[in-house]
Formats: sequence, C-alpha cells, structure tokens
Amino acid sequence: MRGWPVVLAALVLGEIGTRVAQHPFFPSPSAVLATAAQVWLTGPPQRLLLADPVFDDVLPSLARALGGWLIAAVLGVTCGVLLGRSRTALDYVGPLFAFARAIPPPTLIPVFLVLFGIGTRMQLATIVFATVWPVLLNTVDGVRSLDRVQVDTARSLRTPRPWWIGMVVLPAALPDIFAGLRLSLSIAVILMVVSELVGAANGIGYELLLAQRQFDFPLMWAWIGLLGALGYGLNALLLAVERRALGWTALHGTGR
Amino acid sequence: MPRAVRGLIGLLAFGVVWEAAVAAGLLPARFLPPPSVVLAGVVELFAQDAFLRDVVATVLAWAIALGVAVAVAVPAGLVLGSVPGVRAASRVLVEFLRPIPSVALIPLVVLLVGGGPEAKITLAVYAATWPVLYNTLYAVGGIDPVLRDTARTCGAGPLRTMLAVALPHAAPSVFTGVRMAAAIALIVVVSTEFLAGASRGIGNVVLTASSGAGRSDLVLAATLAAGAVGILINEGLERLGERLFGRSTRSAEPV
Repeated sequence: MRGWPVVLAALVLGEIGTRVAQHPFFPSPSAVLATAAQVWLTGPPQRLLLADPVFDDVLPSLARALGGWLIAAVLGVTCGVLLGRSRTALDYVGPLFAFARAIPPPTLIPVFLVLFGIGTRMQLATIVFATVWPVLLNTVDGVRSLDRVQVDTARSLRTPRPWWIGMVVLPAALPDIFAGLRLSLSIAVILMVVSELVGAANGIGYELLLAQRQFDFPLMWAWIGLLGALGYGLNALLLAVERRALGWTALHGTGR
Repeated sequence: MPRAVRGLIGLLAFGVVWEAAVAAGLLPARFLPPPSVVLAGVVELFAQDAFLRDVVATVLAWAIALGVAVAVAVPAGLVLGSVPGVRAASRVLVEFLRPIPSVALIPLVVLLVGGGPEAKITLAVYAATWPVLYNTLYAVGGIDPVLRDTARTCGAGPLRTMLAVALPHAAPSVFTGVRMAAAIALIVVVSTEFLAGASRGIGNVVLTASSGAGRSDLVLAATLAAGAVGILINEGLERLGERLFGRSTRSAEPV
C-alpha cells in the first residue's frame, strides 16, 4: 500500500487544520479516532474486543447491503444473459428498463415503506431495485459483445448446448458484468444508508442520524469514516476477486 | 416491426400486467395503485403550477451542482494530473474519499448550510466531483509521453500543453465521468429533498405525498416524473457525447 503516506499526511493536515479552526462541527481526526475506538473496540476479549454497536449496527447494515447486492447480482446476471441472447426480447423491454434505471431509487422508499413496513424487507427491496439495473444492462452489453470468432470456434468444437452459456457466453461477458457489479456495490452502500436514514431501528445510517441529533460530532464523523472505509474495503475486495476471475482476458487492465 | 413500436408494446404490456395484478387483488391497491390511477395522479400533478416549480427547482439544483462540479473537477484534474508525484498522491486521496456515500453527509450539511437549496447543491457537488475528477486524473495520466515531449519540443509551455494536449486527449474519458456524475447528482438532489425536507423539489413532493394521508398514487406519479427527468438528462448527454466524440463512448461505460 503505497498510499498510506499520503493518507497519513492528509490526517496530520486535518489535525492541524481542525485544531486551528476549533469548529465544533469539525472535531480533530484524533478525537474522532478516540471516539471510534471507544464505541467499537471496548467489548469483551472473547468477542475480539468488538463492542455491541458492531454487532447491533455495523453487521446488520453490511448484511443488508451485501444481501441486496447479491440478490440483484443473481437476478441481473440471469435476466441479462437471457435478454442478451435475444435481440427481439430486448427491443420489447429496453425502454421499460431504461426508464426504471433513470428513476432515482430513494423516491420509491415511501412505496416500499408502506408495502413492507419499517425494517429489513423494505431496505432489501430498495437496495435490490437500485442495484439490479447496472448489473442487468451491463450483462446484456457483455453478452452482446460476444464476437463471431468466439461463436464460430465454440460451434466448430461442437460445444454442447447446455454448456454454451457457462463456457462461451458468460466468460465473454465477464468483464462487463464485473464493471456492473462494482458500480452496483457502491450504489448498494449508498441505498443502505438512505434506507436506514428513513426507516430503520438500527444500522449505520440510523446511528449516524442519532449522533447528529445528539450533537455528538466526533461520533458522527466516526460513522462517516466507517462508511468510507467500508466502501473502500468492499470495492478493494471485489477488485481482487475480479483480478483473479479475469486474469486470463486480454481486455483486463483497461478498467480501473 | 420497428424497435420503437416494440418498446411501446413492452411499456403497455407492463402497464396492463400491473393493472391486472391490482384488479385481481395480487397487489394492494391502496399502497400500490394501478397505472390508471397513477397516470391520473401525473395529470393532477402537472396541472398544478406548484409541481412545475418543484420540477424546475430540482432540475435547476441539478444543473448548478453539475456545472460547479465540472468547473472544479476538470481543471483540478488537469493540474493535479500533470505532475506525476502529485497525481499519484491525489489518486490515493480520491480513492479514499470517493466511497464515502454523499447521503451520509446529509445530516452534517443540513446543520452547516441549512435545509434550503444550498444543502442539496452542496451535496450534489460533492457527489458529482469524484467521478469527474477520477476520470480526468486517470485520462491525463494515460497520455503518451511522446505527445507531451512533442508539445514541449514545439515550444509549448505547461499551460499550453495542458489545454492543447492533455484536455483534448482526456475529453472522452472526462465526458464519461460527467455522465456518471449527472446521474449521481440527480439521485443526490432528489434524495436530499426527500430526506432533509427541502422547501421545494420533486423529492419534497414525494415526502409530502407520503406523509399524512399517504397518497401512494402521487408518490408514484412524482417518481415517474423524476424518472422522466432522469431519462431526458441521460438521453441528452448520450446524444451530446455522440456528437462530440462519435459513437465510441457509448457502450464503453458502465453507467
């Protein structure tokens, strides 16, 4: 990680800046870190020192974001492969999907709220609705990018029909699918926070709002920092998986 | 059959299935009204001057935020990206700041600048800056050194090189960033209106319609309006991209 010196330098600058400014909304990074350690790392040793908020808020939030994202991934890839194989089917649903994707997902929270009530089902519905479109549309693009040579090669090797999807179509579409998965993972984290700000009894977004209402700014920044770290960590994890899965393609390395 | 007709048939079929599902009692009509009721809601909303002002408020906030984000991020990306050491450092910082969901900052920003239009513009600027800055930094970093050296040999100074070599080279990638930023900025503007209870905007219409009596038809009608704004923005930028850079940028982006 060659980035650490830069991050450290930024933290030191932030420390100096906040101490000079003495603004109540912007506590110094050291105060935020101290609060974070106190809130998250004061549990009993048999639980790795992790305190209750980690189990009551962080893990449920993560489970919602990842759960919604996984459902959307399965749905999106399945539908995307099916639609990508048929040009006519896509003509029929294309405008519908383009419209659905253009809807800002938070506006549907009230609908999901009355349909499912406050709680995990409403949050999952919101996250799935928001994350399914990038996966689906990118999968369609990827499946369509299957080139003639690949098709002809597979055909001349007499690839059996049932293997066609798994051995020809999916590998060719994989770079696009991963691009969609990464985009929707970051969207999943965003919608997790939004849905928890509106209707939840626990979770990172809920705690964030609570800390702000109690004017506990070091704690609020600690949660914000945690969200940044989670987003960064999840993205890094998915990138690592992507590198393993796509190591063989010549296309790889052009992405991020 | 032309594609547009097929698309229309698809939309109609979706509406019919939805209508039938509500009529058959599969979906609760009170919470998820059928399209006929929702379309009546759309007519009701657009008949009000107040709603038109809400749409304008949202689009205006979006346009200001995107403009500010582009005006900040493109020059910053060009300058930061032109010095190799600074480029590496700023990439690291962007990588760490970018994943912070802008909506997590809603509580803070509302405290800092109040719940007015400033809040949604500030948040949307924050959210829209990263994709543009990120794409500019990477595109500037990917310029063939021969191009830079050629410019220098021809006597171009650093500013001239930036404007005549780096900017045109980075433009398609920057534009992809702008398209991502446009979509994100609209989501953030509407979310902030919805969550922070702004005085105007589509998100605020959703909030008002969902509270109290709970007019689900108006919520869905406003959602359709927001989707229409989104699709107009997306299509408009796609056309613009095609005009500016040819067809090449269309499929090469993940948004």
